[in-house]
Amino acid sequence: MLTEILHLLQLPDMFPFIVPCAGVGGGIEAREHVELLPLMKDTLVFLAAIGTLFGLGLALAAKKFSVTIDPKVEQVKEFLAHAHCGACGYAGCEQYAEAVVRNPEVPPNLCVPAGTRGAEAIALLTGKKAAVRERFFARVMCQGGWSMSEKRCSYEGVQDCRAVILTGGDKACRYGCLGYGTCARVCPFGAIAMTEDHLPFVDPDKCTGCRKCEAACPTRVIEVLPESQQVLVSCHSKDKGSETRKYCRVGCIACGICAKVCPFDAPVIQQNLSRIDQKKCTVCGLCVRKCPTGAIRDLLLPRPKAFILPHCTGCQICGNVCPVDAPSGEKNSLHTIDQSRCIGCGICAVLCPVHAIDGTFNAPQVFASGEAREKAA
Amino acid sequence: MEFSKLFELVVSASLINNFVFTRFLGLCIFFGVSRRMETAIGMSVTFTAVMMISAALSWIIFRHVMIPLEITFLKIIIFIGIVAGFVQASDTIMRKISPGLYHKLGIYLALISTNCIILAVPLINAGERYSFLESIAFALGSGLGFALALIIMASIRERLELADVPAPFRGTPIAFIVTGLIALAFSGFAGLIKI
Repeated sequence: MLTEILHLLQLPDMFPFIVPCAGVGGGIEAREHVELLPLMKDTLVFLAAIGTLFGLGLALAAKKFSVTIDPKVEQVKEFLAHAHCGACGYAGCEQYAEAVVRNPEVPPNLCVPAGTRGAEAIALLTGKKAAVRERFFARVMCQGGWSMSEKRCSYEGVQDCRAVILTGGDKACRYGCLGYGTCARVCPFGAIAMTEDHLPFVDPDKCTGCRKCEAACPTRVIEVLPESQQVLVSCHSKDKGSETRKYCRVGCIACGICAKVCPFDAPVIQQNLSRIDQKKCTVCGLCVRKCPTGAIRDLLLPRPKAFILPHCTGCQICGNVCPVDAPSGEKNSLHTIDQSRCIGCGICAVLCPVHAIDGTFNAPQVFASGEAREKAA
Repeated sequence: MEFSKLFELVVSASLINNFVFTRFLGLCIFFGVSRRMETAIGMSVTFTAVMMISAALSWIIFRHVMIPLEITFLKIIIFIGIVAGFVQASDTIMRKISPGLYHKLGIYLALISTNCIILAVPLINAGERYSFLESIAFALGSGLGFALALIIMASIRERLELADVPAPFRGTPIAFIVTGLIALAFSGFAGLIKI
């Protein structure tokens, strides 16, 4: 039979064909009489032959083309977030897992959604050091919800920012949040919810800083910023101050008061917009109090207030540096801080030479750095 | 004459007898991968390639082994075996030879092996008693038709994502309605060629 098959497979015989069967439905011929025994024999032999052929072929292929998969890649993959968000810079979670195992230069902390725990686990698996990476959050740089801002027209089309922007936006301000919730829909972690005033609210517990919302937002009003940046000019309007005031009640009108009041010269006015320099800002929150339109947002609110510890030497430095004159006391005696005046800016805590001021948001860091300095000395 | 016959086959398989819109085959994959244009294109490329190769393989086995042995009634089970075996082998080989291509198309290969369009092509080839070249042309036409269906659907669904669809119709229901409308439009191709 084998020789018969081989003979039949010869190329010259392939064209043209003599169709040896008649009947409807795919060459099943209608026959009056079927010889059961030879038919069964042929069927069984054919099925067994083709089964063996495929089985051997597949086994050979599997053997010859086997790919060794590092078990570490699988283990690393288990610690990744599996959101395929691309925050690590690779196409997907699998590609990053492979890169971090194979390439010694790829750091283990690139998976932002997996967080520090994931980074530590991956570092342990790959024998690398997990440097602590500051968390990043999506920040909406607009506070002009629909009740706070003016509309240019009434929009009734597809309820999605990406569609609204095709009409030029229905808000009078071209720079602000449109409020149709595209960011909330693209967020793979469900961290963004729309408030009643049509502004996105980012849940810091769920946000991983993957930048999907930043990419989807047509007005680019979402910025992904480090956790430490807690005082933000939440406005992107580059319109003139008078126009911004007309369009929105919480827009930055570039009055420059924040730049004047800041002891560290962090805010800079450029193109009718104040922007806080991240490197200079100490998150003291003075500008937040002075901003006439409330465009600067303080994410640390409510701020804990300062109090003085008993080892105060009475040097009066705190009284000199305080922007609201909250500390009082005679020289060389224990000072007190007026709790009703203190705004929790933390400037005095940093500048106190004996670290006698506690309670502010930055006090733990001040104490930690003081201890480190003492140890070094 | 030969060429025009092949061309007719390609046109009839892709437009007039489009597998998705007139024969209603392969609907699960059609709805599964038409959400995004990128996956739709990857799927249709893989589909066309697998269809043509499996049509050629099954044609050789059908014509040269099964017809002489008079066991053509086994064609369904044999064609399933041929397609599954071929897909599995190409999956293994592709993983080794070009991992990049495997990452792009590998996920679709697993879905393909038991798909009804892939099985329908060799079965129709056998039933219509097409020659070798005609079989390949028919497979190519079917693949192009499926690609056309997927790409039309993916581009519509990408827009549907933004549309204000009534809540009960969101997702698959509206996709079925859209498919019905496209199928209606495709019925206009009937009578384009008479074979």
